[in-house]
Amino acid sequence: MLVSPIQRAITEPPIVRRLLIGLTLGFLTLFLFLPLAAVFYEALRKGLGVYFAALVDPDAAAAIRLTLLCAMIAVPLNLVFGIAAAWAIAKFEFHGKSVLITLIDLPFAVSPVIAGLIYVLMFGAQGWLGPWLAAHDIKILFAVPGIVLATVFVTFPFIARELIPLMQEQGIEEEEAALVLGASGWQTFWRITLPNIKWGLLYGVVLCTARAMGEFGAVSVVSGHIRGATNTLPLQVEILYNEYQFAAAFAVASLLTVLALVMLAVKALIEWQAHQTRRAALAAKGETEG
Amino acid sequence: MQFRLKQRSVLPGFNLALGYTLLYMSLIVLIPLSAAFIKTADLTWTEFWAVVTTPRVLASYRLTFGASLIAALINVSAGLVIAWVLVRYSFPGKRLVDAMVDLPFALPTAVAGIALTALYASNGWIGSVLALIGIKVAFTPLGVVVALVFISLPFVIRTVQPVLEDLEAEVEEAAACLGATRWQTFRWIIFPAVRPALLTGFTLAFARCIGEYGSVIFIAGNLPMVSEITPLLIVTKLEQYDYRGATAIAVVMLVISFLLLLLINLLQWWSRQRHAI
Repeated sequence: MLVSPIQRAITEPPIVRRLLIGLTLGFLTLFLFLPLAAVFYEALRKGLGVYFAALVDPDAAAAIRLTLLCAMIAVPLNLVFGIAAAWAIAKFEFHGKSVLITLIDLPFAVSPVIAGLIYVLMFGAQGWLGPWLAAHDIKILFAVPGIVLATVFVTFPFIARELIPLMQEQGIEEEEAALVLGASGWQTFWRITLPNIKWGLLYGVVLCTARAMGEFGAVSVVSGHIRGATNTLPLQVEILYNEYQFAAAFAVASLLTVLALVMLAVKALIEWQAHQTRRAALAAKGETEG
Repeated sequence: MQFRLKQRSVLPGFNLALGYTLLYMSLIVLIPLSAAFIKTADLTWTEFWAVVTTPRVLASYRLTFGASLIAALINVSAGLVIAWVLVRYSFPGKRLVDAMVDLPFALPTAVAGIALTALYASNGWIGSVLALIGIKVAFTPLGVVVALVFISLPFVIRTVQPVLEDLEAEVEEAAACLGATRWQTFRWIIFPAVRPALLTGFTLAFARCIGEYGSVIFIAGNLPMVSEITPLLIVTKLEQYDYRGATAIAVVMLVISFLLLLLINLLQWWSRQRHAI
């Protein structure tokens, strides 16, 4: 291959390149690929029979249902919040905006364990609302509502975080044009804003779902670990592991791992799609200008 | 001049959107978080200080912050190399590797914890090799570092990558034309450009590490005074119904996390200022 002197001048000698690529692959193998392989190896070590038995176990099935339920409540709630927050922050100028953005990030900075703890302090027997809840026979802590709340807390910023920079970048000209042409506010949102943000939105939903299904620390504090009732999939993994049922623990873990891999694939697809859209838009722009 | 909360705009929905945002945020985040601070007010200052400075708690701070610092530093150096390789070089399977970097964000921490334990235990694939040279990883503080390196792996890579992509080749060409060696160009042109991103990535990784619970508890062995992290101590106190103790320690962690969040925002503001010039 012919390399011009200037190209040679702004890249490294082949030996350095190979060394750095080798280092990268070595590090990632040690910390990413081997752990990934270990999950499936350990899960299938005792054979397919044990593997599938662990997945159809009634407790595991109940955990799958609860995990899906949590995600199905937490993700739409945070989706509506994310859109509202991004609309207010990206489309308007107001005082205290940067404070608001920082506050939205708060749950990222809080340890999952503390996220669980604050709901214990709110709804626990000695908590603020505990006596009132007990008097009205409402169970939040060590029951499904508590798990859902903890999940909502830890996944709170994901969708807003994706949408705010995206909508800020897109500006407000298109919406203004639609409004001036007589569209109503909702029409403008559905026909202009939503199509513009769909890939970012989808990506935020994917991230949010992954975290909602995988959350461990916060859920562990508020769940009470009642088998078949308040165990999510990650908690089921812990219980099986602590009972030395390693093959079963890794079987359930492999389910979550497949889910994580699907999320990564969807993410790659969305990025590719967004890239294509951008290129098409640039090409169209070039044609009209040329 | 009249003070107005917001500037005029023809777009509708500001009150609805901001109102809903503030209401939802207060209910889910702000009120519950304030519960932790108000609960701590049950304790006098001396009681609070006594709870958060017992030898066992102090040992857990040392482990949590020490291991987080080491893990974040490992990820700064590895992350810079990995981001560089992913942006500048091509090799077979690069896109797959690039996509897989996000795995620690997508994989539940409990799964990461048991996978790393299986790998680094003395009978695991890596642990058995390390055992030959007398290094024990699983069930020691070293195991905590390994788990934290895993869960904070993507932060530095994902903050440095876009900066490297935006770097213009002309500057490097100019440096080369003026007689700079490749190392000089890196040291004086490229490194200063990525330094703010490295710092942000480091802080993000560090902040994530100090709060981590799920992956660490499996691999740490959780020996009090030796391999017990602070979040685990909070859980232990909760399980003993010591709500005050748990909350006091949580408040210490919260204050540190908030300071780090502030630092991240300052760093981002600082790098924006530099870019603006």
